[in-house]
Amino acid sequence: MTAVPSVSVGSGAAGAAIFPDSDSRKYRYFEPRSKRATHYEDVTVDVQPDPERYLLQDWIISFPNGKGAYTKDNTEALSANWHAFRAPDQEWERTHYQRQSKIEAMVQAVIANGRKSGAPKSFDKAWIKILQNHLGAWKHVEFGLGTSLMQAQRYGYTQMINNATLTNSSYKLRLAQDITLYLAEIGMDIQGFDDAAGKRTWLEDKGWQGTREAIESIMGSPDYLEQYFATNIVFEPLVGELFRSGFLMQTASSNGDFITPPVISAAEADYERNLANTIDLMHLLVTDNQHAAHNKKLFQGWVNKHVALANKAAAGLQPIWSQPHSKPVQYADARAQSVERIKKILGELGLTFPKE
Amino acid sequence: MSGTLTLNKITAQRGISVGEAAKKIADLGWNPSYVQEAMTFPTDYKIAKAPKDPMKQVLRSYFPMQEEKDNRVYGALDAALRGDMFRNVEPRWVEWMKLFLAIIPFPEISAARSMAMVGRLAPGEDLRTGFTMQMVDEFRHSTIQMNLKKWYMENYIDPAGFDITEEAFGKCYATTIGRQFGEGFITGDAITSANVYLTVVAETAFTNTLFVAMPSEAARNGDYALPTVFLSVQSDESRHIGNGHSMLMSMLKEPENHLLLERDMRYAFWQNHAIVDAAIGTFIEYGTTNRDKTKESYAEMWHRWIFEDYYRTYMLPLEKYGIKIHHDDVQTAWKRLTEKHYVHKVAQFFAVGWSANFWRIEAQTDKDFEWFEHKYPGWYAQFGEFWKWYEKLSHRGQTNILFNSDVGYVYPHRCWSCLVPCLIREDIVTDEIDGKLYTFAHEIDRWTAVEAFAGEYQGRPTPAMGRFSGRREWESVYHNVDIADAIKDLGFVRTDGKTLVAQPHLRFDEKEMWTLDDVRGHILKSPLLTLREMSPADREAHLADYRKGFTINPCN
Repeated sequence: MTAVPSVSVGSGAAGAAIFPDSDSRKYRYFEPRSKRATHYEDVTVDVQPDPERYLLQDWIISFPNGKGAYTKDNTEALSANWHAFRAPDQEWERTHYQRQSKIEAMVQAVIANGRKSGAPKSFDKAWIKILQNHLGAWKHVEFGLGTSLMQAQRYGYTQMINNATLTNSSYKLRLAQDITLYLAEIGMDIQGFDDAAGKRTWLEDKGWQGTREAIESIMGSPDYLEQYFATNIVFEPLVGELFRSGFLMQTASSNGDFITPPVISAAEADYERNLANTIDLMHLLVTDNQHAAHNKKLFQGWVNKHVALANKAAAGLQPIWSQPHSKPVQYADARAQSVERIKKILGELGLTFPKE
Repeated sequence: MSGTLTLNKITAQRGISVGEAAKKIADLGWNPSYVQEAMTFPTDYKIAKAPKDPMKQVLRSYFPMQEEKDNRVYGALDAALRGDMFRNVEPRWVEWMKLFLAIIPFPEISAARSMAMVGRLAPGEDLRTGFTMQMVDEFRHSTIQMNLKKWYMENYIDPAGFDITEEAFGKCYATTIGRQFGEGFITGDAITSANVYLTVVAETAFTNTLFVAMPSEAARNGDYALPTVFLSVQSDESRHIGNGHSMLMSMLKEPENHLLLERDMRYAFWQNHAIVDAAIGTFIEYGTTNRDKTKESYAEMWHRWIFEDYYRTYMLPLEKYGIKIHHDDVQTAWKRLTEKHYVHKVAQFFAVGWSANFWRIEAQTDKDFEWFEHKYPGWYAQFGEFWKWYEKLSHRGQTNILFNSDVGYVYPHRCWSCLVPCLIREDIVTDEIDGKLYTFAHEIDRWTAVEAFAGEYQGRPTPAMGRFSGRREWESVYHNVDIADAIKDLGFVRTDGKTLVAQPHLRFDEKEMWTLDDVRGHILKSPLLTLREMSPADREAHLADYRKGFTINPCN
């Protein structure tokens, strides 16, 4: 006898034959957030498994303490269902590269065109010092947050949480590099521009030490969710937006600089997405049907801790608002706006802004 | 023409060099002084020297490059549909993609997570951008592969199996091998897992078979989508190989790391061989319908990529740094692939267990037999009758091959280390861990589980090293359970509640499709639990008999 199997259909295409489940063309192992699964859900949900979701044999390699690859106790927050979270920005690889690539193209075009027109040479002298020292210092803030989030994306309990953290990290590290290269490039057009001054300012300038402490506190947190929370719920509105939108973006043009605002503007759009993701996740946790009270108390503790650090950081940066020749915006106004912003964010989560 | 003006010459402006850009970016880091960075995943390695980035990577050029690569991939997928690819694709091939694509997105995203581990442990920030790019690359790979799988599900004749993919990944007797691979990237000593196992061995050596050899075979089977996606994936790997090598060079500087490196190179090479060769070898050799005798067999490709390229040009030179390389392991792996028919025994094992999986496995035919015998002399004598049996028993009403005593196949013990069963029967060994008996496919597997994954290695404390854990022997989960109940519990049943997702044929006809009733009445047994229940004398006799192997009865 010879073995010659017969193939009943001469095509491998959908619909070439009808048999049980020949029309089962949707992933059927998870509940989509809405009626139909989004593309993001299809390529994201359940890729990181869980002994409670399909890991029949549990984790099969453990750390020496007996814990498996991912455990719930990497954060103090508790959830009845960690798998419920879906990132509102729906980011997956294609959308991520499209967005990052567009930003890079925009930033590089702005810098190249600005330099071609000789714009850096006509920046106000005092403003040049501000870019050199303070934007130069700020790149380390973005880098610190980026590396902190890169660390955090290892610890989350689901693919959705970790991928949202990963893209947040990618955005921050891109911005840190954008600022670095932007300063290096305009520095070539400006005589006496000291490209190393930014790091010196970051490490030594008294005004920046509060910011450095706030960033290092986020980097040093052993709780990945605290890192994510502190970055987007506290630091960004109180210090990030304060300095980027409340100072750089509003002050640059009146000091002859139309390049810095578009370079920085991408960060504000990044933040809107990262904030939406973070609020959605934290909202799930503060409304959790089993652990809402615990999480709210925990988060309020994180708010208190990181707001104190961010307040100190913001206060340290205050003198920078007085340094440009043209001062279209006052620190007090920018600060009031950022406090208003964080109050709104905290309000969404039922948390309160601590009294100063 | 040298005197010609070009747009570039007119518009060019002075910029910073790539080297200068990379240098400035590497200076973004600093040593925290207010709050020390939190403890991360531990390692027993000492890394004092900052790894260098020879590739001088910056994100500014990375994102547009990746977007362009993506555009090509997605354009090609659209073109494949417009060209009616699925009308001509070989279902034998696509069915195996249900297994492959169930496994691979998890190891990929695990690699992204592992960048957190090496990024924190590497001193300095020279290589930070390299790690960042790799992190985003792996995010790319994981989601682009999930997208490919969704695309197959939407367009291939039988979507069952694709539709339960990530659930199936966590449950199947075959995917358990892939989980060992993926968990190996993120668990245990951070350097062992994220650097040596993942980057230095898996990516540097075995992605060639995974992401280059497999796409070639896909194309031979009318599948242009897999090559499009996976060759794009592979184009990221050279950067990852650079990251891994740079870290490796930093670690080599510390003599006290040498013993650990020797251990980890040995573990990683052997386990990559055991796992990747089992899976990819099977897909390439048994998932194809192309029997062109001029093409390379899996073993021939292995010799070119793993033996010649990796072993001779990457592993061997490590000796000059004082690392002992286990040449004999490489030779043993080669012999397993050629003389001992490792891949063929794996394919046979997968086929025997077909009813408890989630894809279709078709019998091999006369045309296949001829090719196998040509490429692997002696193949027919060992496997010819088996595949005839497989075809005969692929029809409903026959007794499931897993339980059919007429065939002569003896269900294998599972290796506690690589999780591929002990298929080369004469090599099985046993040992105890914490007083419990385990089976291993080879002495090196025993060494891996008992000596390498332990709190001490050759007298040196290794407190960061991982442990093998969980219900590693898949069969023990369903010990003494009826196969029909196990399949139902696994969820490997179509939505009519009775037809199996898996089928032992490619007949797309309801009348031909096996149901739970067709397999009910046979009880699964765990070979390990059964072995442990034996008296010492019976156990020795059993193992002696096991080592003798089995003979497939003639199929008339």
